[in-house]
Amino acid sequence: MSGVTTSFPNAATEWRLPSRGKVAMAGVIIAESAIFTIFVVAYLFYLGKSITGPTPSEVLETPIFYTICLLSSSLTIHLAAKSLVRDFTRLFLGLWLLTIALGGLFLYGTAQEWHRLIYERGLTISTNLFGTTYYSLVGLHGFHVTAGLIMLVIVALFGLGGRVGKKQSGRIEVLAMYWHFVDAVWVVVFTVVYVLGR
Amino acid sequence: MSSNVITVSVGQTDAKPWVDELHQWLATVDHKRLGILYIVSALMFLVIGGVEALIIRIQLMHSHNNFVSPEVFNRMFTMHGTTMIFFVAMPVLFGFANYLVPLMIGARDMAFPRLNAFSFWLSFLGALLLYFSFLGGSGLYGAGNAPDVGWWSYAPLGARAFSPGHSSDYWTLSLLVSGFGSIGTAINIIATILCLRCPGMKLNRMPLFAWLNLVMAGMVLIAITPLSAAQIMLLIDRYLGGHFFDTQAGGSAVLWMHFFWIFGHPEVYVLIIPCFAFMSEIIPVFSRKPIFGYPVMVAATVSIAFVSMSVWAHHMFTIGMNSYANSFFTLTTMAVGVPTGIKIFNWIGTMWGGRIQFKTPMLFSIGFLFQFLIAGLTGIMMAASPFDWQLSLSYFVVAHFHYVIVGGILFALFAAFYYWYPKMTGRMLSESFGKWHFWLFLTGFHLTFDVMHVPGILGMPRRIYTYEAGRGWDTLNFIISIGAFIQAVAILVFVANLIISYFKGVPADNDPWDAWTLEWSIPSPPPAYNFATIPTVASRRPLWDHKHPEDPDSRYE
Repeated sequence: MSGVTTSFPNAATEWRLPSRGKVAMAGVIIAESAIFTIFVVAYLFYLGKSITGPTPSEVLETPIFYTICLLSSSLTIHLAAKSLVRDFTRLFLGLWLLTIALGGLFLYGTAQEWHRLIYERGLTISTNLFGTTYYSLVGLHGFHVTAGLIMLVIVALFGLGGRVGKKQSGRIEVLAMYWHFVDAVWVVVFTVVYVLGR
Repeated sequence: MSSNVITVSVGQTDAKPWVDELHQWLATVDHKRLGILYIVSALMFLVIGGVEALIIRIQLMHSHNNFVSPEVFNRMFTMHGTTMIFFVAMPVLFGFANYLVPLMIGARDMAFPRLNAFSFWLSFLGALLLYFSFLGGSGLYGAGNAPDVGWWSYAPLGARAFSPGHSSDYWTLSLLVSGFGSIGTAINIIATILCLRCPGMKLNRMPLFAWLNLVMAGMVLIAITPLSAAQIMLLIDRYLGGHFFDTQAGGSAVLWMHFFWIFGHPEVYVLIIPCFAFMSEIIPVFSRKPIFGYPVMVAATVSIAFVSMSVWAHHMFTIGMNSYANSFFTLTTMAVGVPTGIKIFNWIGTMWGGRIQFKTPMLFSIGFLFQFLIAGLTGIMMAASPFDWQLSLSYFVVAHFHYVIVGGILFALFAAFYYWYPKMTGRMLSESFGKWHFWLFLTGFHLTFDVMHVPGILGMPRRIYTYEAGRGWDTLNFIISIGAFIQAVAILVFVANLIISYFKGVPADNDPWDAWTLEWSIPSPPPAYNFATIPTVASRRPLWDHKHPEDPDSRYE
């Protein structure tokens, strides 16, 4: 009884709709941006309001090398996705593993910085307002890097098993969108924490 | 997926199909079944939240009442507010969106069926977490059980020192978990509407229902997430010794208020926009006219969404913001009334000159129009910050927002229930029960919430568990409580109607209301696959075109 298939002469000659994966990832990115905005607002609002030390200018060191790592991983994942579209599977896999390495390096940098802050400078999440806001903002970003890395590693495992090809390039591009977002967030966090915040 | 192909071998017990049926409901990824799960769970919590409201009203029936202790009273209003917003209003609206959006745009399911199931179970388990606090909230401290610091959980009340035990933890986790569920559903709705429309269904041909739910889902992405972020901060404060809202370490209680209301006020519009969607489908059908001003309706909805993002601090006029902030939020709050007024104007424009049929869905819709208008007018009064300084935190505010939520949202929901029940179950809801439900509920509603404005103006603060005699509040509170019980009786009539009509109602055919959107082109209830062949549409009212090939809408669009 679904009788609404009335054919109209001019209707729907060409009917194209956006990819649901990309639309959904755009939705995730909008939602995540709102979460990060709140944490960034909290960080800026509490700048200089800590009652006790240490202060950002005393203990923070700008992680330039690791920032370059993360930002260049955006380029490698972009090239990886593009090479998969053109079915260069081996090149894709190489660039993909490079992306994972760069992302992993960034996380190592964060870990090192936190280790230094906690054990040498005595700054923990409960020390003062700076500690609370710093660890939660950078930690929230680090959590997203970790989640992204887990997804990248899963793809890499499938790729090493020879199961990632041109057919999967749409999904790979969706994952690349997420990774670009994580990088873009780092630009904001870096500016707020290491440039404006000191 | 479809249950009519199960073959039971001879000699098996009768219990097997029942277990199968249950298993199919629990493991379903079908948008129609998930929609019904959302709606049924919301109705369950509506009854629970309603009982909590009745406990509040019994306690306030006369001065110095001892029906419940002050502690229990605090738990009741906290749980009532949290339940009604997060576990009644949100799920029931998501349920309708889930059920109807794919049918209206000619799709076979939502864009991500498994994400859909995951989102439902997240929000349902969130609700169970909240109610588990009655059992597990005491923790090791034996202090309190259910959360009792109001549904805002203002700092520092949410901190460890003032909420010992686990009651606030259950509240926080519950909202965090169900918030993730809401975000999942919102993403699903957006992807479905943008990516799964049937051929010919351009954005400007979509039913307004789909348009408004698209806007609502977009708002959920931006409005629910600040709450999730604030809940994460609260958890960091409570468990890791953070200082976000700890004033003794320089933290700010006001920041929590901002974060809460950046969520809290858009949330009102997240709830009311789907109700606008119901109205935009129901009023045209029962006025026998197409909607008046379709593009303006879309534009008004989008502008409500934008403006409502910048009105939140009108909940905070009394905390002492500077005069620039007060003026800004007064102006934006008044501005949001303009597109809302346009919508009311358009619904009346749709009814104007129509052949109005006063079936139960239309009765509730007309009730919605009047009450939502009055709710908006008291809202404009409260928007003026000097007026707000007088009446904020009084029963006037309680009356105002219950006018929005009960007089607006709940009336629109009842209209939607009566309108789409035949599609969901294949049976009509009883009209005579419906009339009883409507008139009883209307009487109870006005008795309660019209009168409730007055003790507010007389100075009765909200959230007090009792009051002195002789302040002129006694009689008014007694009347308010009587009204609450009349509403409870009306809800019982409604629930009885839902149950009785499910078994004994008049069978409904595909299109009992002679309507125009695609969901009425398929059987009631729809088969698991929705559309045997994906339809093609050429106008905003595809079923009108189908029924009137000599004069199709597509000729004029």
